[in-house]
Amino acid sequence: MIRFLKATGYVLGLPVILLTAWWFGSANSTSPFWPPLSTIIETFPSTWTWDRIVGDVFPSLARLGIGFGLAVVVGIVLGTAIGLSPTLRALSEPVLEFFRAVPPPVLVPIIALFAGYTGWLGKIVTIALGCLWPILLNTVEGVRGLEPVLGDTAKSYHLSPWRRLVFVVLPGASPRIFTGARQSLSIGVILMVISELFGANRGLGAAIVQFQRSFAIPQMWTGVIVLGLIGVLLATLFKVVENRMLAWYVGQRQIERGA
Amino acid sequence: MSITTMLSGRGAQAPAAPKTDVALDLRNVQKTYDTPGRPHVEAIRNLDFQVRRGELVCVVGPSGAGKTTLLRSIAGLLDVTAGEVVLDGTTVTGPPEGMAVVFQEYGRSLFPWMTVRQNIELPLKEKGIPKAERREKVDRALEEVSLSEAAEQHPWQLSGGMQQRVAIARAIAFEPTVLLMDEPFAAVDAQTRAELEDLVRSLWKHLGVTVLFVTHDIDEAVYLGERVIVLSNRPTVLMEDVKVDLPPERDQLTTRSDPRFGELRGHVYELIQRAKRGERPDETAAVDKGV
Amino acid sequence: MSSSPATLAPPARSRATTRSRRSGRSRDLWLGVAGVFIVLAGAETLSRTGIVNPDFLPPVTAMYAALFEMLGEGWFWEALWLTVRGWALGLAAAMALGIVVGFVIGSIPFLRRFTNSTIEFLRPIPSVALIPLVILLFGTQPQSAFVLVVYAAFWQVLVQVLYGVADVDPVARDTAKSYQFGPLRVARSVIYPTALPYIMTAFRLGAAVALILEITAELVIGVDGLGRELGIAQSSGAVPETYALVIVIGLIGVAVNLLARFVERKALWWHPSVRSEHS
Repeated sequence: MIRFLKATGYVLGLPVILLTAWWFGSANSTSPFWPPLSTIIETFPSTWTWDRIVGDVFPSLARLGIGFGLAVVVGIVLGTAIGLSPTLRALSEPVLEFFRAVPPPVLVPIIALFAGYTGWLGKIVTIALGCLWPILLNTVEGVRGLEPVLGDTAKSYHLSPWRRLVFVVLPGASPRIFTGARQSLSIGVILMVISELFGANRGLGAAIVQFQRSFAIPQMWTGVIVLGLIGVLLATLFKVVENRMLAWYVGQRQIERGA
Repeated sequence: MSITTMLSGRGAQAPAAPKTDVALDLRNVQKTYDTPGRPHVEAIRNLDFQVRRGELVCVVGPSGAGKTTLLRSIAGLLDVTAGEVVLDGTTVTGPPEGMAVVFQEYGRSLFPWMTVRQNIELPLKEKGIPKAERREKVDRALEEVSLSEAAEQHPWQLSGGMQQRVAIARAIAFEPTVLLMDEPFAAVDAQTRAELEDLVRSLWKHLGVTVLFVTHDIDEAVYLGERVIVLSNRPTVLMEDVKVDLPPERDQLTTRSDPRFGELRGHVYELIQRAKRGERPDETAAVDKGV
Repeated sequence: MSSSPATLAPPARSRATTRSRRSGRSRDLWLGVAGVFIVLAGAETLSRTGIVNPDFLPPVTAMYAALFEMLGEGWFWEALWLTVRGWALGLAAAMALGIVVGFVIGSIPFLRRFTNSTIEFLRPIPSVALIPLVILLFGTQPQSAFVLVVYAAFWQVLVQVLYGVADVDPVARDTAKSYQFGPLRVARSVIYPTALPYIMTAFRLGAAVALILEITAELVIGVDGLGRELGIAQSSGAVPETYALVIVIGLIGVAVNLLARFVERKALWWHPSVRSEHS
């Protein structure tokens, strides 16, 4: 019981202190940029109504989901092919090196040329292209970094290429694939917001900027908080999936570290 | 109860129609490495020996004698430069069908993302064995190595000795003509090691599988083997093919205190010491097949 | 390091690599050049033949013509300088802050447990959430970009440094204690060497993120720099210039990555993925 209280104290202690400090620190604020926390909280329910959630938040998340999903599929397929073939790797390395280094937001003007930027297509393509590189490159590394003894074992037991891929190569690369996917997801959230700042739009990012432009500052703050919460929520969700799918890896690491 | 029935036709007790009496035949095998930094490094100069069906043969040599190179060549994981490795009458060019390898790095040769059962089952799936039969074979193999209760655990949840048993179970469930073991017990503690040695002896005896056991431990080689092949220093040739004329029933206590065990051990030790000093048998001795 | 003459040629490598290793390096180089050429030639062909509308994808030769023209103009160099400066200052601040905070929190178990939940909560908050705020506070001044860059890169650095400090071998730490090393000596001779590879990784990750946010701030907010020029070029319909600027920004990214990885490889040579690149 005492241990439980102590653990709770560690988890909630600092957040409570910070929130309290914010509450009292901003209580008598007259600065238009830093409204009191109480005002922000009061504004919250009237700003984030169900209509707004359906009209702005869901479409944003849907675009993120589709773009990220496309990136995962394409990234793993291409990454595995490149990781397994030294020739393909040598051929594509400098090109990939360039594309991974291009900061994803600069894709927006280019994609705008092709697909326009009012519909979903341009936004989804932006998110997918931005998310692709971390997954692709980490898959390549994961496939290459496979424990050589495991490769030998697979060979000496005559596993067919397909079985080797499904039971050996992909699971072996999965910790790296997840690392890449995690990086991609945070880039995806950034691009989800940025892609809504161009052209007339609806969506979470567009809404926040709309508040800022119309000087609805407490509403803008609620938007920043919603965006933050979504970031935290997605990261938590990702972690749950990762812990499930990589249970063997987590367990193995814990034992190695404990030993 | 035992897997002997599963192995019928392959075992020494019931040789249905073996093509030859020789399971594994090394014919003037040579291996030279060519790397940019160090061109033309001769690892194996000439090895020529045979393992008969159902035999348990140990290979020892001073450290760096190319034991691993030899094993990887036999396993078809490495091309030989000259000569050939013949398994069951067929020249080895890639990993051969009827061979299972137990690697030294037990921790890294088991797939950590699979349970013990899945690890053993995977090669059987590849053989196209139906599900029910697979299950049965896995259960029996696990029983052989006394690990039935660990079937649903992951390898990394087990101790080192248990992991190596899983690797052995995987190999015997595969029902190979030849079982290759590459210093399999080098990384486990002394007690576990003794247990695993007895396990290998008993599996060999009642499954009738042919075993080639590579080790750097002289005691282990003499205790386990029917023959001990002693390798020279690099570039490797055969120092001597020592026949171990100990009784087939072996026991950690009585066998190891047998005066004959001491003599053989002393003899192999002497050979290894000579090999370490760089002494080599004359070339005729290397070609001579000893037994 | 461990390849003493006794353990000949790493047994783990497969036949194919052993055989091709001699000519592997130069062959890879040529393949890489060929890959770049294929992409450039492919883009040129698509555009010239009209398979892709040249208004959207001008010929590569036109892009490079625009690029070389830009190289002769003052605004280009000015913008390039501002972008690189913004990136470097933001990254330096994030590194300094992240390393100091990471070392302090990481070496004191109480602080580590106390701050854990807060760090885990604040870290995934997307830095772009701050865009409206910095616009209000700083408008298009460089400070806007600075805040975004520092915020984004700081978490990358902090988390890596925390991993690094946590990775210190307890035995090494105990040894240091039993010899009664002072805290500064422990930090310098035990914690720092262990954490160094992590700091290098932090530098690599932070450098990439910092560039992304610097360009984003320029493109979205209008802070002076290459990103702003890119936005202007695109909205004024100067398509070859748009592509030329993307190429330049991409090349800056390549340079940043190469620098970061060069530094990292020096410190991480023992890591399996790096090692297999060498052998």
